[in-house]
Amino acid sequence: MAFEGVPGLVETREAFGETTLVVDAARIVEACAYLRDEHGFDMLVDLAATDYLGWGAPGVSGYIGTAAGRNLNRPMTQGLQALPAPKPKRFALNYHLLAIRQGARRLRITVWLDDAEPIASVVSVWPAADWFEREAWDLMGIPIDGHPNLQRLIMDEDWEGHPLRKDYPLGGEPVRFSGQE
Amino acid sequence: MAVAAQSGRADPIYAGTRIPSPIPTQLDVDPAVRGTDDILTVNFGPNHPSTHGVLRLVVDLDGEIVVGIAAKVGYVHTGFEKNMEQKSWWKAITYAPRIDYLAYQANELVFVLAIEKLLGLEVPPKATWMRMLLAELNRIHSHLVWLGTAALELGAISMFWYTFREREMVLDLSELVAGYRMHTRYFQTGGLAEDIPAGFYPECRKFVEWMPKAIADYDGLLQKNEIWGERTRGLGLLNRADAIALGQTGPVLRASGVDWDLRRDDPYLFYDRVRFRVPVLPHGDTYDRYRVRIEEMRASVEIVEQCLDRLERMEGEPWIADDRKVVLPPREELHTSMESLIHHFKIVTEGYRVPEGEVYVAVESPRGELGCYVVSDGGTRPWRVKFRAPSFAALEATATTVQGAYIADLIAIVGSLDTVMGEVDR
Repeated sequence: MAFEGVPGLVETREAFGETTLVVDAARIVEACAYLRDEHGFDMLVDLAATDYLGWGAPGVSGYIGTAAGRNLNRPMTQGLQALPAPKPKRFALNYHLLAIRQGARRLRITVWLDDAEPIASVVSVWPAADWFEREAWDLMGIPIDGHPNLQRLIMDEDWEGHPLRKDYPLGGEPVRFSGQE
Repeated sequence: MAVAAQSGRADPIYAGTRIPSPIPTQLDVDPAVRGTDDILTVNFGPNHPSTHGVLRLVVDLDGEIVVGIAAKVGYVHTGFEKNMEQKSWWKAITYAPRIDYLAYQANELVFVLAIEKLLGLEVPPKATWMRMLLAELNRIHSHLVWLGTAALELGAISMFWYTFREREMVLDLSELVAGYRMHTRYFQTGGLAEDIPAGFYPECRKFVEWMPKAIADYDGLLQKNEIWGERTRGLGLLNRADAIALGQTGPVLRASGVDWDLRRDDPYLFYDRVRFRVPVLPHGDTYDRYRVRIEEMRASVEIVEQCLDRLERMEGEPWIADDRKVVLPPREELHTSMESLIHHFKIVTEGYRVPEGEVYVAVESPRGELGCYVVSDGGTRPWRVKFRAPSFAALEATATTVQGAYIADLIAIVGSLDTVMGEVDR
């Protein structure tokens, strides 16, 4: 399947039998509308944000591997056999598309974003994006431009921070009456 | 700016549908009457006996008619995805079934399939057939809980006792196989955690013979029940275009006339080797969603039967892959083989490494497309796990389905979407 005509296409990757299109963040709405209208991807099944902070490096919450190898001074650490391929920016936003009418064709669109870099909402292309984008904002802190109702979805409205980020600690919630106040 | 430039092309999705604009998941009160005494705002939930789990709906009522609705979720957010990043692959499997606590086998399956896809691991046929069998039993279990509670909400209490009788049989079968009634963690990377115990096949045969009669009983209780028909027919409408635009999958999509089932259209496991019907109904109302689930239970029984036919001939075959870098060695080898002891020790303490990459695997859970997006950095823990929960998408359809409904029907309509809050909030 040729995706040369997709607006803002940066690269096409094939891995594990899945096709990934890396698309320029500024043209995401155009690209999505094109894929929906020209390629028949009529359903947005998932929107998954990934934080690559500390990818391949030690010392980040949730990650204990070290590039140099096993660190004997820190228990339970292990080195990676090979350093993973570096990522262009901190966040990846993955749109998983499905074409319902033309057999089960799937496609992933990846957009690379820096911290606090906004991305245009695709609610106008697939209404299902509404909650998925709110979730990406709530849990990963990806600002969505032009979203009709960008509020926190899972966490409380007054919650601070975005829990699924790699620099958000586990057990980050203060415990009341713990004797440490 | 990009949005404005594209709005001309994006419009067709909204044209001719009933999706409340401009916020697709929210039904807004007519501004002319907003704030007047005619509109009563009711907080429905989060703890209300007839909400499915801890779901909160802020409902605006004009008399008895729902004119505005906004769903609030997040009350059972426990950070499954964050927690799974901290565990080795091996231990993270334990989290998956607890996400959707009614479709536990489907959740377990999708995560295990994702790991196996990254590893490129070949699974023995016996394990695959057993996975299918348990996934289908689980589908029956999940639909039974739905049917019982959905009827209960409309006052048909007796339905609940009947469905929970059969649910108990499914749970007993789970217990027989895995030792646990729910959240079995029976699916292991590479196959099954243990061999299928003796005595399972005859017990499962009994269930397969019993279940069609039980489904006929349900039909007898509900199908010709005037009240049930009145309270489900023509209510909670979702048309074909809206269902696709709102990302609906599973029974909700099939009840809106879309002939789509991942088991048939994007086969995984051995679903391409069994015969089963995919029920599709055109009206897109609460009644059709109920019919689809009833027919799906019948189809699942057929699949279970076909799996049993295959499995009974596979006595003595391996139930897990023989890859010592990933799969625990057989227990008895630990006493005689140094190699096996080392492998066992390494897998349990450090965990196995999964090659770098990202995959998205989808299965047909009882609620629809259950997807699992997994990123690995080549280490012993997942870098990122994201579950695509069908209930999450289903709740996005509340605003469209309850337009103009009565408050009493709201419960039946939201119930017919069959949402499990554990998987919505994760």
